[in-house]
Amino acid sequence: MEPIIAFFLEHQNFIFLLVLAVFLGVEVIANVPAVLHTPLMSGANAIHGVVIIGSIIVMGHAEPGDYLSLVLGFLAVVLGTLNVVGGFVVTNRMLEMFRKKTR
Amino acid sequence: MKSIQHFIDIWPGNFALQIIYLLSSITFIVGLKRLSSPDRARQGNLLAAAGMGLAILGTIFLHRSPISPDGSEGFRPIGNLVWIFGGIGLGTVLGWMMAMRVKMTAMPQMVSFFNGMGGACAALIGLIEYRGLSAHGGTADTGFLLIIYLGVWIGSVSFAGSMIAYGKLEERIKDFGGRSLQMVNLLFLGALVAAMAFGIAQPDAVPALPWIVAAGSLVYGVLFVLPIGGADMPVVISLLNSFTGIAAALGGFLYNNQVMLTGGILVGSAGTILTILMCQAMNRSLLNVLIGSFGGKGGAASATGEQVVKEISATDAAILCAYAQRVSIVPGYGLAVAQAQHTCHEFEKQLSEKGVEVTYAIHPVAGRMPGHMNVLLAEADVAYPKMLEMEDANPQMPNTDVVIVIGANDVVNPAAESDPSSPIYGMPIIHVDKARNVIVMKRSMGKGYAGIENQLFFGKNTRMLFGDAKSSLEKLVAEVKAL
Repeated sequence: MEPIIAFFLEHQNFIFLLVLAVFLGVEVIANVPAVLHTPLMSGANAIHGVVIIGSIIVMGHAEPGDYLSLVLGFLAVVLGTLNVVGGFVVTNRMLEMFRKKTR
Repeated sequence: MKSIQHFIDIWPGNFALQIIYLLSSITFIVGLKRLSSPDRARQGNLLAAAGMGLAILGTIFLHRSPISPDGSEGFRPIGNLVWIFGGIGLGTVLGWMMAMRVKMTAMPQMVSFFNGMGGACAALIGLIEYRGLSAHGGTADTGFLLIIYLGVWIGSVSFAGSMIAYGKLEERIKDFGGRSLQMVNLLFLGALVAAMAFGIAQPDAVPALPWIVAAGSLVYGVLFVLPIGGADMPVVISLLNSFTGIAAALGGFLYNNQVMLTGGILVGSAGTILTILMCQAMNRSLLNVLIGSFGGKGGAASATGEQVVKEISATDAAILCAYAQRVSIVPGYGLAVAQAQHTCHEFEKQLSEKGVEVTYAIHPVAGRMPGHMNVLLAEADVAYPKMLEMEDANPQMPNTDVVIVIGANDVVNPAAESDPSSPIYGMPIIHVDKARNVIVMKRSMGKGYAGIENQLFFGKNTRMLFGDAKSSLEKLVAEVKAL
């Protein structure tokens, strides 16, 4: 029990942020029309690409001689970038088509 | 508070970085909000992308980590910049090329693929962090280990599952296994959880345990998605999308990084809601989708005796449509496979010129992903107001002269309402059987993705027009032109 309490106290602000963000995510999506489900899923997919920031941090602090970490970190950066760039570009391509019609 | 002051004194750039993270978080929220309205969706996407770029650059140049936990020995900047920029460069070129080249019809599997990449990234971060931890012989506190294990687990499952979903949508991987495999999965999942609990309780017992958990999670991801029917892949992709969001948020905990936490959790919760919305559209529970083995039960509602379908020629079909007052087009996955959306729009325009009122009736789960049909039709320049959602289309069906079903099957199957033994019983459908005439375009008498018979094809108002959707539509266009 003790480690859990310690963990909670240490990350108090984060846990509040987490709970609020859960509700925010639900509210933001609640009224989306079915036509936009695919682009929305794709856009959300691009947003979780923020994980790339973690890969940059882990890569940035890998010891220069630690090749396994460097290679894995490099791989993580590449994959994270694929997620971000691919995600936003695909979403944009889908939405470009909607724009023509709604003018 | 003292340590925070200390942090700012040593590195003022951290303040700038936190502001950047705050701005990025706002762009994610506003971007996601705008993605849910047709007019501003594109703007929203670009806004979120800009926020992401800002957060990435900010991290590279402004991020500092304390050398010792309390920061008393100073802070160090992001190193290995060549590797980082190399990785970002490579990822950008690859991601851009893939995203620009993919056909509109293959969008769902592309999303699944990119989602898998994010999951793999999250898992790798956990593994490297664990390596760093053991290399320094550091004291691993429980919370830290918990986060690492959860990140490795969720990230790996998301990666492996997304790849299987990708393979299924590309039709390279067939549905496999049934309820027996589901039982194996449950045991496997239990074993994984037990392994993680052991790893957290006894951090030093098995040093390679996170790698074992990663490998096991990859296998679990494969086994988890394999038995789920291909028709349910959209739901699975949406679910895995929220998994990756959660994995990204765990990274936020790991690094005390607010933007990762906000972005990840937003997607985690929004993705979960989206998953539930999709399940509701099929009138099923998520649990039912995950363990129901929807696709596996072929012929559960087998037709009694020999039944004959009536065919129609392209000429007759063209005449029927051209002299109708109201025509409704019900597109399905067949339209996507045949790449027939442009020809379909062409046909619709021609009918409109003849004074026929043409609309599209779109089932929320037609195709392989909710909104799949809308994206396809939008690509072909179909006007937004012409695409009716199921609830708006159904009341008009009795007044519709001709319904043209293009490559859709399960979403127009009356068994969903009349046959309690049918696996799709309870799913709302488009009531094409209420229309005066139904023309079904189909390649053959094969069953739909759910593998069940469709009584609609044998209905007294139904005529079949066999052939590839695109060539059939081309014939119709030519025939209407000739009238």
